[in-house]
Amino acid sequence: MRRLMLGNEAIARGAYEAGVTVACAYPGTPSTEIMEYMAKYEDIYSEWSPNEKVSLEVAIGASLGGARALCAMKHVGLNVAADPLFTISYTGINGGLVIVVADDPGMHSSQNEQDSRYYARFSKVPMLEPSDSNECTAYVKKAFEISESFDTPVLVRLTTRIAHSQSIVGLHEKSNYTLKNYDKNLSKYVMIPSNARVRRVEVEKKMDRLYTYADTVDINTLQWGSKDIGIITSGVSYQYAKEAFPDASFLKLGMVHPLPEKTIQEFAAQVQTLYVIEELEPFIEDQIKKMGIPVQGKNLLPIIGELNVQILKEKISEEPPTPTLTLSESIPVRPPVLCPGCPHRAVYFILKKLALHVSGDIGCYSLGALPPMEAMDTCICMGASVSAVLGMEKAQGPDFAKKSVAVVGESTFIHSGITGLIDIVYNKGNSTILILDNSTTGMTGHQDNPTTGFTIKGEPTKQIDLIALCKAVGVDRVQVVDPFDLPELERIICEETSASEPSVIIAQRPCVLLKGIALNPPLYVNEEKCKNCGACLKLGCPAMESLGTHVKINEAVCRGCGLCIPTCKFNALEKVGEANETV
Amino acid sequence: MKPYNILIVGVGGQGILLASRVIGTAALKENYDVKVSEVHGMAQRGGSVVTHVKLAQKVYSPLIEKGEADLIISFEQLEAFRWAPYLRKEGTLIVNTQKINPMPVIIGNAQYPKEIIPKLKDHFSHVHDIDAFGISKQIGNTKAVNTVLLGVSAHFIDLQKESWYSTLQEVIPPAHLDMNIKAFESGYNHISTI
Ligand SMILES: Cc1ncc(C[n+]2csc(CCOP(=O)(O)OP(=O)(O)O)c2C)c(N)n1
Repeated sequence: MRRLMLGNEAIARGAYEAGVTVACAYPGTPSTEIMEYMAKYEDIYSEWSPNEKVSLEVAIGASLGGARALCAMKHVGLNVAADPLFTISYTGINGGLVIVVADDPGMHSSQNEQDSRYYARFSKVPMLEPSDSNECTAYVKKAFEISESFDTPVLVRLTTRIAHSQSIVGLHEKSNYTLKNYDKNLSKYVMIPSNARVRRVEVEKKMDRLYTYADTVDINTLQWGSKDIGIITSGVSYQYAKEAFPDASFLKLGMVHPLPEKTIQEFAAQVQTLYVIEELEPFIEDQIKKMGIPVQGKNLLPIIGELNVQILKEKISEEPPTPTLTLSESIPVRPPVLCPGCPHRAVYFILKKLALHVSGDIGCYSLGALPPMEAMDTCICMGASVSAVLGMEKAQGPDFAKKSVAVVGESTFIHSGITGLIDIVYNKGNSTILILDNSTTGMTGHQDNPTTGFTIKGEPTKQIDLIALCKAVGVDRVQVVDPFDLPELERIICEETSASEPSVIIAQRPCVLLKGIALNPPLYVNEEKCKNCGACLKLGCPAMESLGTHVKINEAVCRGCGLCIPTCKFNALEKVGEANETV
Repeated sequence: MKPYNILIVGVGGQGILLASRVIGTAALKENYDVKVSEVHGMAQRGGSVVTHVKLAQKVYSPLIEKGEADLIISFEQLEAFRWAPYLRKEGTLIVNTQKINPMPVIIGNAQYPKEIIPKLKDHFSHVHDIDAFGISKQIGNTKAVNTVLLGVSAHFIDLQKESWYSTLQEVIPPAHLDMNIKAFESGYNHISTI
């Protein structure tokens, strides 16, 4: 059987075929769909964990408990999970353990462009890198074999174009993995210094064995063509290089750490000019140079962003680009926007009106930093809004706190905002935290989380009570508001920012894209009443535009949320007939 | 088996992913090698999105380079303009006449280009403009824009009728199937004269 599959779906398929029984992730583009597909396999326990550290630790527990376990995350997620990673490399595993990490060259949906391959070297863990969906399935299975034969976790690295491209996968039977026994083994699993020092030596032995293995493993392949050009490459870069230079000789690396040093030496000796074609950092290139082999790479190719066939042709063979249509006219960019009907828009409308300092965070609500709102001042990493607003107060003083808030989505708050809130209470801050609770992990495509009351399998579960949680950590002032009630939202924000103690405002309204949310007919503008004053346009709603004489609503875009109605002094925004047609 | 490159472009949230999956799955039935490169994440929130669909005996890179698309299906006028440099000179451009203003236009920092379709027709000889939103509204579901456009594109992608229909049956939930078949056929019949 052959099927067209997204790289992420193929990873899940590989895990299924490998007999995985425990799988965990925290969502993050471009890795999210791995766990969404994983959860469709009925007999595989799958979870959305509260964050990546927890997720990896659950997977580690499952591995020590004898199961084959898989954990998936985006590149920055591995920063969060780095702590357990570096030590599980020492202890080794029981059941196979595979960690899938998805990098985002070009930063399509990320705050940085870090190259996760360095984590493999840094933590002394082998890393495989598939170059299409079929390899995603095959390499996950291979990774489990390696994990168990070398007693190590194995990293599988994807990039956006592998994770989010569909290609053909050949399906195989599920293997008969049987749960291993759980054996108490303190010297192996208790990493107190005396044991860790012993395991530290084992780590180097493991790496030595893996270096030898790299020269024999069948996922590092030689493809002989013309010996004028030899190319060492992996992942999606292989696909670009193969299309750009079909006649060249290739050493395609399926395993990017450790490198097959002997094979590289032999390959290099046989080709006239050796190139390393890799996206982002000169990870492979630097190691080859260290081996004393002359090689072309980042002297020609960019270190920033994605590669493609055209870049390779231009930079390596100096082929001129195909002549194409060049537009003389400038084309307006189309940045992402808060959706029509988005509850976050109401919050930013008021924050902007009150001209507050806004310590920001990551989620759909990050879009509040873009024009016309420009009402979010910072965005560093998940959870940073809550901790940084305290830092700002400690730097600028308590009066500054009265003009500041932190905004954080409910999923982000659970991920790593709660610890910051504890810091505020413990260290006597006065900060005001706005939890934007839209009942879903929106930015990554609507996943459940501990506040939604459902598991990844859609089963009802205990729903975290955000009010009780904030009160329990010592925040006495907690208020809940529907952000679409603009006057009330404004009143509460003013009240809480002026209080000389920590407070939390939970702005609660579900994301408009959630299933079952009432979709109203589009509004329209009464042209006789509209004075084109522009007040409604301040909402930055993508459904509105000014025609010069009056405002117009695009019926294909408007969701009839009605947020704009109270912004018009002239009552020019009107509803058609009766609302509330559920879809 | 001639290589065929299709770029599907539009605005995040317009249902582009479904269209590319239908084409990819239908092509698989006819033993093409297929790669479909999608956009998930931030751009799906109303940003400019592009999906690459490549069909050939053997496909390597999942991405189509500038000047190498045989067909562009655009869900929106401005996006057709933006991605037009990807079209081969003799390629086909299907453009939904719907307009969605990007934020810089809404807030007055930029102008929505005028006369996009005539300008595209000046450059390319195979441009088909179609009011897919209007057609899907007539059918009674404004969400069917993507299937209307698929119907139009079926004229230009060398796949059997059965492959299209059986794929629609697989990919679309039963409750929406009839409506989508109707949308597909309305799109197809819209340019039956060529
Ligand atoms: C460490 C880390 N993990 C995952 C992500 C990907 N990510 C960005 S925002 C977000 C969650 C957004 O959900 P929420 O906070 O509820 O806000 P919403 O998008 O719903 O407004 C995730 C998972 C990330 N940027 N960093």
